[in-house]
Amino acid sequence: MNSYTFTLAGAGLSALASGALYWPERNLLCVSDLHFGKSERRARLGEPPLPPYETRDTLTRLESDLRRTGATTVICLGDSFDDALAAHALPEAERLWIARFQAGRRWVWITGNHDPGPLELSGTYLAELSSPPLAFRHMAKIGQSGEISGHYHPKARLALKGSSFSRPAFLIDSDRVILPAYGTYTGGLWSDDDTLSGLMRAEAIAVLTGPMVHALPMPRSRAHRSGRS
Amino acid sequence: MTPLPPPLEQWFSARGWQMHLHQQAMLERARDPATLLIAPTGGGKTLAGFLPTLVELVTGVHTGFHTLYISPLKALAADIRRNLTGPIAEMHLPIRIEDRTGDTSAHTKRRQRADPPHIMLTTPESLALLTSYEDAPRIFAGLKRVVVDEIHALAESKRGDQLMLSLSRLQALCPDMRRVGLSATVEDPPALARFLADGSARCEILMADPDPDPDITMLETTEPPPWAGSGAAYAIPAVLEQIQRHRSTLIFHNTRAQAEIFFHNLWLANENELPIAIHHGSLDRTQRARVEAAILRGELRAIVCTGTLDLGLDWGDVDLVIQVGAPKNVKRLVQRIGRANHRYNAPSKALLVPANQFEVVECRAALEAMMAHDLDGAPRGPGPRDVLCQHILIRACSGPFSTEELYAEVVRAGPYTNLTRSDFDACVDFCATGGYALRAYDQWRRLQQRADRLWQLRDPRAARLIRMNIGTIQDTDTLKVRMRRAKGGKPLGEIEEAFAATLVPGDTFLIGGQVVRFESLREMVVEVSRDAGRKPRIATFMGTKFATSTQLSKRILRILTEPDWPDLPHHTRAWLHQQRAVSQMPQSGRLLIESFTHEGLEHACIYGFAGRNAMQTLGLLVTKRMEETGLAPLGFVATDYATLIWGLEPLKDAEALLDAKVLRDGLERWLMSNAVMKRTFRASATIAGLIQRNQLHARKSGRQATLSSDILYDTLAKYDPRHLLLEITRQEAMRGLVDFGRIEEMLARISDRITLCRLTKVSPLAAPLLLEAGRIPVQGAAQARLVAEESARLMRAAGLAN
Repeated sequence: MNSYTFTLAGAGLSALASGALYWPERNLLCVSDLHFGKSERRARLGEPPLPPYETRDTLTRLESDLRRTGATTVICLGDSFDDALAAHALPEAERLWIARFQAGRRWVWITGNHDPGPLELSGTYLAELSSPPLAFRHMAKIGQSGEISGHYHPKARLALKGSSFSRPAFLIDSDRVILPAYGTYTGGLWSDDDTLSGLMRAEAIAVLTGPMVHALPMPRSRAHRSGRS
Repeated sequence: MTPLPPPLEQWFSARGWQMHLHQQAMLERARDPATLLIAPTGGGKTLAGFLPTLVELVTGVHTGFHTLYISPLKALAADIRRNLTGPIAEMHLPIRIEDRTGDTSAHTKRRQRADPPHIMLTTPESLALLTSYEDAPRIFAGLKRVVVDEIHALAESKRGDQLMLSLSRLQALCPDMRRVGLSATVEDPPALARFLADGSARCEILMADPDPDPDITMLETTEPPPWAGSGAAYAIPAVLEQIQRHRSTLIFHNTRAQAEIFFHNLWLANENELPIAIHHGSLDRTQRARVEAAILRGELRAIVCTGTLDLGLDWGDVDLVIQVGAPKNVKRLVQRIGRANHRYNAPSKALLVPANQFEVVECRAALEAMMAHDLDGAPRGPGPRDVLCQHILIRACSGPFSTEELYAEVVRAGPYTNLTRSDFDACVDFCATGGYALRAYDQWRRLQQRADRLWQLRDPRAARLIRMNIGTIQDTDTLKVRMRRAKGGKPLGEIEEAFAATLVPGDTFLIGGQVVRFESLREMVVEVSRDAGRKPRIATFMGTKFATSTQLSKRILRILTEPDWPDLPHHTRAWLHQQRAVSQMPQSGRLLIESFTHEGLEHACIYGFAGRNAMQTLGLLVTKRMEETGLAPLGFVATDYATLIWGLEPLKDAEALLDAKVLRDGLERWLMSNAVMKRTFRASATIAGLIQRNQLHARKSGRQATLSSDILYDTLAKYDPRHLLLEITRQEAMRGLVDFGRIEEMLARISDRITLCRLTKVSPLAAPLLLEAGRIPVQGAAQARLVAEESARLMRAAGLAN
């Protein structure tokens, strides 16, 4: 499969080119920051009406990952919905689509800052999920290890001869993985931003997503170039 | 003859001045609904535009708004205010004159809305903003005249389309408003008159006496220009000598990068320390202002500049204009040369400096066209619908409207006279709901229809955001550059964000004539330090380059097919004869393709003469087709006259590659996913109001805007391919960066007549392309390999590889 495999706290993991994380031993698929209903929320707030196809597009990609991995557990790492009202306004067809995914699978919604409370969709709602040796939460906490989180929508760039190539990226070190945003309408934060450079160890790598995965040393900010000790 | 009122008459005669004939004619036509005045630079055009206003205001009977003056530049509006305020004060006329631009203080703007001056000087964007206020009818009450300055420049861009829509709105508010357009020499005056006119109402054209033909020559040096490149470094000694011999010289360049490099070289060679400065749009505003002030004081012997000095600002005593690099467009050359000897009826003096061997031919063609008064220009086509969408939103900000009335107003604007009702309705629908095939979140539509059938903003607070995003100028996203200091160093100017993204610490580049070293990117500011090195490692700015106009390309082809070239320098002449001996000359009615092996790679050179942008698009389309048919192309490079492609397999069947249907399919099928198309989409989506450059809180970083517009584009292309914005993007692709219209024009010209010439080695005309910068690798397999190699290298270097 088009993926980057690595070990975190003894667990063998695959960073998929789609931006999902797969844990074969538990047959578990983890995706972060789906941001369903973003265009609806933006329109509601009086902003320009974005093309209302992002939920469909995100679900199409999730469907293909589920089919390929055959995962029986799915963890959505928070900010699955752009807000609680967006979840409420989700069209019937898309609601049913999610319900079809959930049939026969364990489904965990980790709550995020955009979707703090339980919603009316089925599945288990948790603030965090501990699944030793790993822990799943929306936002990384300093001092943790074996931690899988999202929230920052990391992306990284690679300077090629005279041009630059940038993609949403996994950030990986020996303590944690930060997942890229999986949702279609999601901007990103550069890995060389101080926050991300401060969170990740000096030897951290970035795995670029897209048609092919590419692993490279994580580009970091100048202040953190020497790395966190 | 209309006599001047006494104060004006006395003022003129006190100076021993007489009105020019065209100024007199403007007075005669003062009551006409619209007049277009075409006069050369320095012909007293602006005064001609204002005379009727001064005459009407001289009695002091009129109160409130009388004349609105619109110019493409803020600086020009300020300039005109200064130039008018003097005479008005000297004549003791009861006239208040003020400018209103993005630089005007909020306090003054508020006062101007409550109590407008007699004459207001503004820009198209500031005017559009004024019409968006609910009290617009009151602000503009009494308006009698509109003067549009430099209308030829505005008419070439969407700013002009927006302005004409605004004028239609004003005409509805002030039915007896009269219009005047002031223009430099243009190729098609009647088209410009239709652009300005109110619907089918009359618009007379007045032509002032043209300038005498300029004294213009091409610089000939004993040392031949290089085969390729645009730096013209070989000409530095000759240019310095010209500067010595003249009082004040303007040195025009086609791009900012060229201006920077030339200035740098000029400065290194400037042993006499002549005062020479550089001026272009990317320099910091305070630096630019300092240069402008020095020009006006006559302290500079030469200014290296780009198009920012093109428009009607008065730069004083310039007695020589040098154009470095072939003028890609004759009309622009004529207007630039008009900057010299800025006096009526004096011939301008100008010098063309070809930057490479081929440009010698281009310069010759431009000289011939100038002498024949053969100006170039392409019809602009129907008014763009993205601008119309913005206009509809602006109209909504000013209050409820009926679509019937708005449609009637819009089709009275010159560029929109042929707009169909259904196209108009599609734009209203886009503004209201986004116009998507999938009807979602319908209750949150931006515009809604009331019980009385009028349309209004659902949320009146949205007006603020719409107002913040008025305008059609698409400046590329730029980042500020400043010297690295403890407390924020001196600002130097701006570079394009895309260029900044390719820099790594230690890279050196040119800005404002000095070599600087890239240190870091902090909070959207590029920090640099001084670098003692004399040679910048990489070129400045990517920039867009002008494409050689269709008319000029035709002239070049005509020159190439002549039997001999006695007028050209001997080195150029020998080069062309060599081409004829080893291959053929490109012709207008037949497409020449050369194929040869060079350094182990197969090359094909297509002499399409369709201008740089179209030749680049042709390169994209043909290499894609070659990849599909197994010719393994590796890359290509495009110039104004040819596209050179290299790859692993020789080209044997040219007809199949250049079939019109195949190319059109390519445009529709996959060029749609190309970065250039995405940039075109981003511009239209921003103008139409789907993407907002300015947010209520902070300016969205350009980087994020890039990302989201690409995603929106991909999403629309996938789920809603017939969406209005994609239709607009396809239409825009006919010109501008994609310029598919020029490919169509080329295909029509050659109509299947293709000569494929197999050569034993590279031909003289193809050789420069081997040296040309801007080589484009074929996307896909090659790029993926590059990314894989580079990431593997970095992992090894960091000791992280397994």
